[in-house]
Amino acid sequence: MWKFLHPYANPETTYHFTNKLLPWLIALAALFLSIGLVWALLFAPADYQQGDSFRIFYVHVPAASLSMGIYVSMAIAALSSLVWQLKLADASAAAMAPVGAAFTAIALITGAAWGKPMWGTWWIWDARLTSELILLFLYLGVIALHNAFEDKNLAGKAAGILTLVGVINIPIIKYSVDWWNTLHQGSTVSKIGKPSMSLDMLWPFIFSFLGFSFLVGVIICLRFRNEILARNSIRPWVRELVEKSVVK
Amino acid sequence: MQFTSFNDFINMGGYGFYVWLSFGAAALILTLLTINSAMGHKQVINQIAKRKKREDKLREAKMLRQQQKEFSDKPLNEVTE
Repeated sequence: MWKFLHPYANPETTYHFTNKLLPWLIALAALFLSIGLVWALLFAPADYQQGDSFRIFYVHVPAASLSMGIYVSMAIAALSSLVWQLKLADASAAAMAPVGAAFTAIALITGAAWGKPMWGTWWIWDARLTSELILLFLYLGVIALHNAFEDKNLAGKAAGILTLVGVINIPIIKYSVDWWNTLHQGSTVSKIGKPSMSLDMLWPFIFSFLGFSFLVGVIICLRFRNEILARNSIRPWVRELVEKSVVK
Repeated sequence: MQFTSFNDFINMGGYGFYVWLSFGAAALILTLLTINSAMGHKQVINQIAKRKKREDKLREAKMLRQQQKEFSDKPLNEVTE
């Protein structure tokens, strides 16, 4: 059943596939992000309590949920690298870590900028905010471990173990608003049953969320192909490719 | 359209600073990360090219040394002949 995946264990095939995928992802990201953000900033109605500060939602929520989503993908990659010794899984985990860190930072910054006018404070040490900050530190630790060893297999193993240990933080972030009393509001979009949000606020969110997701795809692909080249630098196909692009 | 004028739009009902801080920070971080990731491709290729050059040079030097060694190992009469 999974046989169609087998050729992609070969770095050369995957490298070329990534290159082919990139223009499509760039086009989709540009399309959905421009529609979503123009809609969010210009056409979505202001919140009846929060006024226009509510528009921060359209960056904050996609960034925060992607910061967790990327971590889960990175953990799956780390697990498959540790269990099945897939070298490409290591490369993809290394490609994902900086993207996840960036989105975590965005979630924290936009959260602070939203918290100041709404809660009256940039920062508070409550469960949701603190666990998201720990997520940022986990990402930074993973990035540091990936760069700490000359031997990329060893680095991948160390970073993979940290990644898997850190998975415990994901449900803590997700359910922190239910488990503890916090300033942070509960989830609005991903509620079981109907999302408690009017449709003219929800649609721009769906577009900007998809836009940010495609952008994540673009950046991960860009970094993934760099990782593939760096990790296979002594292979003849990479040498050939390097010679071709240097002569040009 | 929720805003009647451009100033209105920038002002964001009094929350302009916070809204634009959020969107601006996100745009800045994502732009920098994208540029860094895209430029990484050329950097990796140049790095590998440099490494290849060094390896070629080392190989050449090794061959040269071997030739000299063979030359100096020969008995003198063979060299002069």
